[in-house]
Amino acid sequence: MYRIVGKKEIAFNTTLFEVEAPEVARKALAGQFVVVRLDERGERIPLTIADFDRGKGTITMVVLSVGKTTKKLSRLREGDHILDVAGPLGNPAEMVENSLVVCIGGGLGIAPIYPIARELKARGNKVISIIGARSASLLFWEDRMREVSDELYVVTDDGSYGRKGFAVHQLLDLISSGMRIDRVIIIGSAIMMKVTSEATRPYGIKTIVSLNPIMVDGTGMCGSCRVTVGGKTRFACVDGPEFDGHEVDFDELLARLRMYSAEERLADELYMQGVGACQSCQKNL
Amino acid sequence: MPKLPKEFIDRRRRIPMREQPPAERVKNFDEVALGYSEEEAISEAKRCLHCDAPMCIEGCSVGIDIPAFVKKIAEGNFEEAIRIIKEKNNLPAICGRVCPQESQCEKKCILGMKWKPLAIGRLERFAADHEKDGVRPEVTPNGRKVAVVGSGPAGLTAAADLARMGYAVTIFEALHKPGGVLVYGIPEFRLPKAIVEKEVEYVKSLGVEIRLNHVVGKTITIDELFDAGYEAVFVGSGAGLPSFMHIPGENLNGVYSANEFLTRVNLMRAFRFPEYDTPIKRGRNVAVVGGGNVAMDAARTAKRLGAEHVYLIYRRGEEEMPARREEVEHAKEEGIEFRLLMNPTRIIGDEQRNVKAIECICMELGEPDETGRRAPVCKPGSETTMDVDTVIIAIGTSPNPLIAKATPGLRTGKHGVLEVEPYTFKTSREGVFAGGDIVSGAATVISAMGQAKEAAKAIDEYIKNK
Ligand SMILES: Cc1cc2nc3c(=O)[nH]c(=O)nc-3n(C[C@H](O)[C@H](O)[C@H](O)COP(=O)(O)OP(=O)(O)OC[C@H]3O[C@@H](n4cnc5c(N)ncnc54)[C@H](O)[C@@H]3O)c2cc1C
Ligand SMILES: Cc1cc2nc3c(=O)[nH]c(=O)nc-3n(C[C@H](O)[C@H](O)[C@H](O)COP(=O)(O)OP(=O)(O)OC[C@H]3O[C@@H](n4cnc5c(N)ncnc54)[C@H](O)[C@@H]3O)c2cc1C
Ligand code: SF4
Ligand code: SF4
Ligand code: FES
Ligand SMILES: [Mg+2]
Repeated sequence: MYRIVGKKEIAFNTTLFEVEAPEVARKALAGQFVVVRLDERGERIPLTIADFDRGKGTITMVVLSVGKTTKKLSRLREGDHILDVAGPLGNPAEMVENSLVVCIGGGLGIAPIYPIARELKARGNKVISIIGARSASLLFWEDRMREVSDELYVVTDDGSYGRKGFAVHQLLDLISSGMRIDRVIIIGSAIMMKVTSEATRPYGIKTIVSLNPIMVDGTGMCGSCRVTVGGKTRFACVDGPEFDGHEVDFDELLARLRMYSAEERLADELYMQGVGACQSCQKNL
Repeated sequence: MPKLPKEFIDRRRRIPMREQPPAERVKNFDEVALGYSEEEAISEAKRCLHCDAPMCIEGCSVGIDIPAFVKKIAEGNFEEAIRIIKEKNNLPAICGRVCPQESQCEKKCILGMKWKPLAIGRLERFAADHEKDGVRPEVTPNGRKVAVVGSGPAGLTAAADLARMGYAVTIFEALHKPGGVLVYGIPEFRLPKAIVEKEVEYVKSLGVEIRLNHVVGKTITIDELFDAGYEAVFVGSGAGLPSFMHIPGENLNGVYSANEFLTRVNLMRAFRFPEYDTPIKRGRNVAVVGGGNVAMDAARTAKRLGAEHVYLIYRRGEEEMPARREEVEHAKEEGIEFRLLMNPTRIIGDEQRNVKAIECICMELGEPDETGRRAPVCKPGSETTMDVDTVIIAIGTSPNPLIAKATPGLRTGKHGVLEVEPYTFKTSREGVFAGGDIVSGAATVISAMGQAKEAAKAIDEYIKNK
């Protein structure tokens, strides 16, 4: 059992959890994730380690409520327990030195890009960050990101905050301004990573994405998380989650992420009925 | 005094075990084989000849004193029977159910020369299931610590044996439930999870601590285990990495490795979705590729999830199937449709990238290969397609490279198995021992247990002579 020691709603439907998991915190590195299971009937879902405190023995996760499990999680309170937390899993983010790195976090992707940007900065790289979301209400950690970036750009799809548009627009501006970018790291939805990776291809800029396929064990035992990279099948949980964005078959990933849409909708509906939440606004009550 | 007439024992007839009828059982996940009643067990036990040099024991990798426990059952002393079994075997209810007895103990039974061998596995199961308050040997702690990686049959056996020798044993298990393949792979209808839980509880009752959610190599490394004061490490992490065929269409939606399919159903209880949260696709027409026990389990599971047709595609003939005979028979009774001498060439999807068909090529058997089995060869131009919405790949597994990668100096061999010395199961790293599927590649419960037993002895010797 893993105790929740801190909980905070940091954006619309976006909740930060600080959880006691000393053994995970001890080994966690930027880019890694945990697999959690909430209760006896729960499924196993992966969540990125957005921060960790080795002294306190805690890890921080930022969770966007999208379906049954993340909604159930968002209703837990400080002092409650999560049944299982396993990790840290996946490879740590690849680190570089003496480089100019553009870190892009889209929507919930801001949470996992943060520790990577921080580590890159700590190693003396020049870090330019772009964070974006559909709307201002979904943005978070602007302050944290500013702290670990030499420059920070904020974009929203609807223009409700920062520049109106997508992260890729900001990235293209940076490229055309003549900035000599060594590497771009993108974390966000699969479609956002696809579009943004495409933008750097003509310039031959090394582009890293962190993939989020459906996982079960997270240890290389099931193959649920398989993705095609450079024409080869890889298991994202053990070979990734970071891959070369120019090599990833995003259309396959997008399709695989939809594999259980019907079941997920059913689980969500039954759950929302059960807890008496409003179906249309999907707000956690 | 008049001499009592000697009881007549008909040794020719092996007492059959009652089973759920096929039409019934394909609709549920309850156990297929129902076990012996007391009378049935006693009658079967009486068939044993109590040979002076019992061959059956040689066939058991953990060396159970078979005639001795069988005699106790014949006498109706069931508690004594299970005590004798547990001297050697810490997981009897499991072995009694899933051991391939026909190629182990029962293969050697002398009765089998003329009639059917003694039903040793069934009797072992009977004794384990009829155990009442659980016999537990006295353990005297020796104050020394050993770590075990993995809680499959190998890990549980090594842990239990070492605990009985007095060691403080901690098992580190990656998943959230102990048991390895026994909980995530072998289906409920062959091995109820409550039975596995009970046997795990027994191992715990010997003082073994099990730490779940500990992925060795990630959460903690083998080097850190030594730093934490463990004097030796036994690695029993199994062969959990699923193989794929590397044919077009293998990443379409609806294609599963058998590991994923079975894990969702067994470990995560997806057969009870949405009551349990993990989803699974319930295919109408399912193709299972492979001819081993895993393929049979996947096929029979798919049937129970409601499939109309389950095709078992295997590239050789029925004779060559590595699956246990009993499993093949059970599968056939349940309506699994065998498509033999066929091999998939590609999987075809629709616009949404869902599986819609599988294309196979016909095979014929050529000359025997290095394994002695006749090698299948393609018949060019013989491709056919079958309409299916789910494909389950059950063509084998190999050891997960995670531990070897995270442990400097741990040598691996072909297909990633850990290299060990014969008999002692010592790896190339001082103080690290290994056994089970991680050493042999995918094998059997009883061979994993046999190796773990030997390794436990070697660990004891190693620590005593340190
Ligand atoms: C390496 C990795 C790191 C992640 N980190 C975070 C994070 O830090 N915060 C966060 O909010 N989300 C993260 N996710 C995504 C998160 O796991 C899913 O949003 C979550 O599983 C949805 O579960 P649900 O039951 O609430 O929603 P559902 O309605 O069941 O699913 C919604 C969508 O989430 C995806 N999904 C469903 N089940 C899984 C699964 N078992 N594994 C992965 N994706 C799934 C599918 O695309 C699905 O359509 C991460 C995913 C991966 C692979
Ligand atoms: C579907 C199926 C059906 C089978 N049916 C039969 C049968 O009827 N009869 C039979 O005799 N055999 C059968 N087998 C084979 C048998 O189950 C295996 O040979 C046996 O379980 C091997 O035991 P093991 O302890 O070596 O490994 P496993 O049972 O695989 O256990 C390994 C354990 O180690 C854990 N682990 C792995 N990596 C790590 C890590 N890094 N850190 C911590 N823990 C880790 C795993 O999670 C797992 O719990 C079957 C196998 C399958 C898949
Ligand atoms: S453990 Fe297996 S091989 Fe040994 S006696 Fe029991 S059934 Fe036979
Ligand atoms: S070989 Fe058969 S008959 Fe002889 S002791 Fe063993 S089980 Fe009994
Ligand atoms: S999640 Fe099972 S292999 Fe990656
Ligand atoms: Mg879900």
